Amino acid sequence: MANFKKIARRTFLIGSAAIVGGAAFGAWYVSRPAENPLKSPEGGAAFNPFVMIDQNGVTLIAKHVEMGQGSRTTLAALIAEELDVRLEDVKVLQGQPAQAYYNSALLGEVLPGKGYDRGDFAHALGETLGVLGKVLNMQVTGGSSAMKDGFTEMRLAGASAREALKDAASARLGVAKADLKTENGQVIAPDGTALAYTELAAEAGQMDLSEPELRPASEWKYIGKNMPRVDMAAKATGTAEYGMDVRPEGLKFAALRANPRRSGMTSFDAAAALTMPGVEGVYGLGDAIAVVANNTWIAMQAAEAVDITWGAANYPNKTDQIFARIEQGFDTEANSTMRDDGDAGTGAPEGSTPVEASYKVPYLAHAAMEPLNTTALYTGDHLEIWSGNQGPMLHRQHAATEVGLAEENVTLHTPYLGGGFGRRGDFDYTVYAARLAKLMPDTPVMLTWSREEDMRHDFYRPGALARMKGAVQDGRAVLLDGQVSAQSTTVQIMKRWMDFEAGGPDKGHVDALFNAPYAIENHRVRGYHADVDVPVGAWRSVAASFNAFFQDSFMDEMAHAAGVDPLEFRLQHMREEFPEGAACLEKVRDMSGWTGETPEGVGRGVGFAYSFGTPVAQVVEVVQQDSGIHVKKVWIACDMGTALDPSIVKAQMSGGMVYGLSAAIYEEITFSGGEVEQFNFPDFDATRMHTMPEVEVAILEGQKHLGGAGEPGTPPIAPALANALYDLTGTRARELPLNKTFDFKY
Amino acid sequence: MATRLTVNGKTLETDLPEDVPLLWVLRDEFNMTGTKFGCGVSACGACTVHIDGESQRSCQVRLGDIWGEVTTIEGLGTPDNMAVLQQAWVDHQVAQCGWCQSGQIMQAASLLQQNPKPTDQDIDDAMQGNLCRCGTYPRIRAAIHDAASKIGG
Repeated sequence: MANFKKIARRTFLIGSAAIVGGAAFGAWYVSRPAENPLKSPEGGAAFNPFVMIDQNGVTLIAKHVEMGQGSRTTLAALIAEELDVRLEDVKVLQGQPAQAYYNSALLGEVLPGKGYDRGDFAHALGETLGVLGKVLNMQVTGGSSAMKDGFTEMRLAGASAREALKDAASARLGVAKADLKTENGQVIAPDGTALAYTELAAEAGQMDLSEPELRPASEWKYIGKNMPRVDMAAKATGTAEYGMDVRPEGLKFAALRANPRRSGMTSFDAAAALTMPGVEGVYGLGDAIAVVANNTWIAMQAAEAVDITWGAANYPNKTDQIFARIEQGFDTEANSTMRDDGDAGTGAPEGSTPVEASYKVPYLAHAAMEPLNTTALYTGDHLEIWSGNQGPMLHRQHAATEVGLAEENVTLHTPYLGGGFGRRGDFDYTVYAARLAKLMPDTPVMLTWSREEDMRHDFYRPGALARMKGAVQDGRAVLLDGQVSAQSTTVQIMKRWMDFEAGGPDKGHVDALFNAPYAIENHRVRGYHADVDVPVGAWRSVAASFNAFFQDSFMDEMAHAAGVDPLEFRLQHMREEFPEGAACLEKVRDMSGWTGETPEGVGRGVGFAYSFGTPVAQVVEVVQQDSGIHVKKVWIACDMGTALDPSIVKAQMSGGMVYGLSAAIYEEITFSGGEVEQFNFPDFDATRMHTMPEVEVAILEGQKHLGGAGEPGTPPIAPALANALYDLTGTRARELPLNKTFDFKY
Repeated sequence: MATRLTVNGKTLETDLPEDVPLLWVLRDEFNMTGTKFGCGVSACGACTVHIDGESQRSCQVRLGDIWGEVTTIEGLGTPDNMAVLQQAWVDHQVAQCGWCQSGQIMQAASLLQQNPKPTDQDIDDAMQGNLCRCGTYPRIRAAIHDAASKIGG
């Protein structure tokens, strides 16, 4: 492991020399092909980790977990495109934890540079670096990386299996391979003879695999089309199996109660709980207890009846004290200066008009609709786990460590996830279940968190502060000096996931700020790590979720100070710097009929962010109604290069926007006595049917490289909305959530 | 003492205490997992079922208080024989993560029973208790209108 850590350390240090050195160092290891985790079925073949065919049919394996983002459908479509099968005729399964399913795209995000200005060289470097994901066991679904990761690999998997099937047919029929074609799961000879893949599979499995050529885009049948989602019928009939729905024989139900101050447990007294009908046991889990019963609700009631003495919080007790520590972050040495163009240090240039503002955003919970849960069965020499998760190898590895078994003796199933949003990358809930299962061997037990436990024991989106200094002159920005202070999610995640002390400049921390694609003569961005230990993690779009609010609210303030239309002001600074981003702005301008003028009672704002490889522009319209301000419509334009499935991309863009909209208006995690003060949805509400805006999404395909879809829709909405509210009311909100400043329709 | 109830036309029996909510009787006792747990406090609608044809939050109805026949998502239709509303959900590709959709569909089914041609305002009023963190609301709205037009002929 030491070598891997060394690679990781070099990799995560931002600097081109260190990156190249790191990649070269690891090359011998990562170039070895990963073992195929699929065993060839009787009378069939597992051609590669993604395609398995036997007499019963064709099975495709999705390497990324399905948490609603549609990746299972699109990954399968990529294979089917080359394999020539119809999605309705195949089964799509979730890949088990295996190196073959590592995420090669995720680490590409740690490259130096702003991302949007990457040339072909940097992208090639990104792919080299990406293979380190295998070394780091990063079978992770996150970072909006599933399609970047799978685009070529899945098509190759389909094509190589297709060629092997043609080889087998050629041998059997005595017909030249070049004369054979494939269609709908069959190899077809010139005389019309059709051989089903299912009957050729066993022979095809004996053929040598060659690296085939991929079809050009002009021949694509599925890619770029709206494919019917493979999970839809099951989700419309209540038959889709999620983590909480598994029912192994003899299952017991358990409820968790963990320290709301996130430290240890001094003692607990279970006497009262144990007298409750249906309760079968109460177990200490270190910093939590679990009650086991014949019913989850009974277990939850009994968990409340356990008398527990908790340890104190390892962070300040109150929200204000926590933010005072974040403010102190600005007094420390900057963790990073990821952008330093011109001379921002000397302040506003002579003759310019200075603009200054400070911004604040709260901690946020993920609040996925399916509360956290994991089922585990420990039998002494084996552990079986069912856990909806975003990182199968990490979850399996930490569960194995917990019970003292080798990873190969741990089986992890990943059913559908009832939402992830980054929360299910962390594995605390899987580890708790493994710990409990070891205490009650040979009995499968499902450990379910109440909504309250879920909301109060999250790895939160960190609260953050920004200090923005700018200056305008002759209608342009001549200075932008941005500083952000927050806890680092990178540092906490690397420590929790890989026991690795991340050092060096933290690029993720300033994402969507340092790489905001605006050309400004004097432009500096500095990131500060706040010294606070509130548990934090990856929340949909990570730091871009707050940095975009800082960046694009401030762009609006500068535009107004310069006396220029806010949308035109952005374009002026982006057209040359990042034409594809500017095209998104022009698109939402045209879609919304943006004139810069709004009638009384109507406000409009624009927001833009570049994150996870995709530029997204949004225009939002708000109207003053008797019942409060209503967000009436949002226009979105995005460019992720190639939209592999437009309907899924639109759902992600719209859904990402709504997730950010809910947070911008309503959501805030606060602390008192070291405990989170929000318990359930009434304290942490979201956009609902009657408060949902109309949404219109346009997809541009101007970028040369694939960008993400799941996260980039989230960051621009908070600034777009704050800017629209300024247009409506003349009040500039520099703090989220916005319902602290404005009365919204409720 | 055993309690009897009728779920999707079948009579079922359980020895669970009478204060256990219907949600947890369905899920953990009868293994009918189509009805989902989201909040436990009637704030999200994921657990919506019908009792005598009317939508109810099953996390708030105690076993001892069930006053009529229960219908769950499993009773509405199956993958091979979907209700019109469920087919509309598929046609409009509504679900993302899908956890809330059983409740959304049961709530919408109840709305259509009472109001076969709901307006957008009717949909707002009927559906606002059903939370979706993926933000599928526009497609839910379209699917309800579509199903209404098909049911109405």
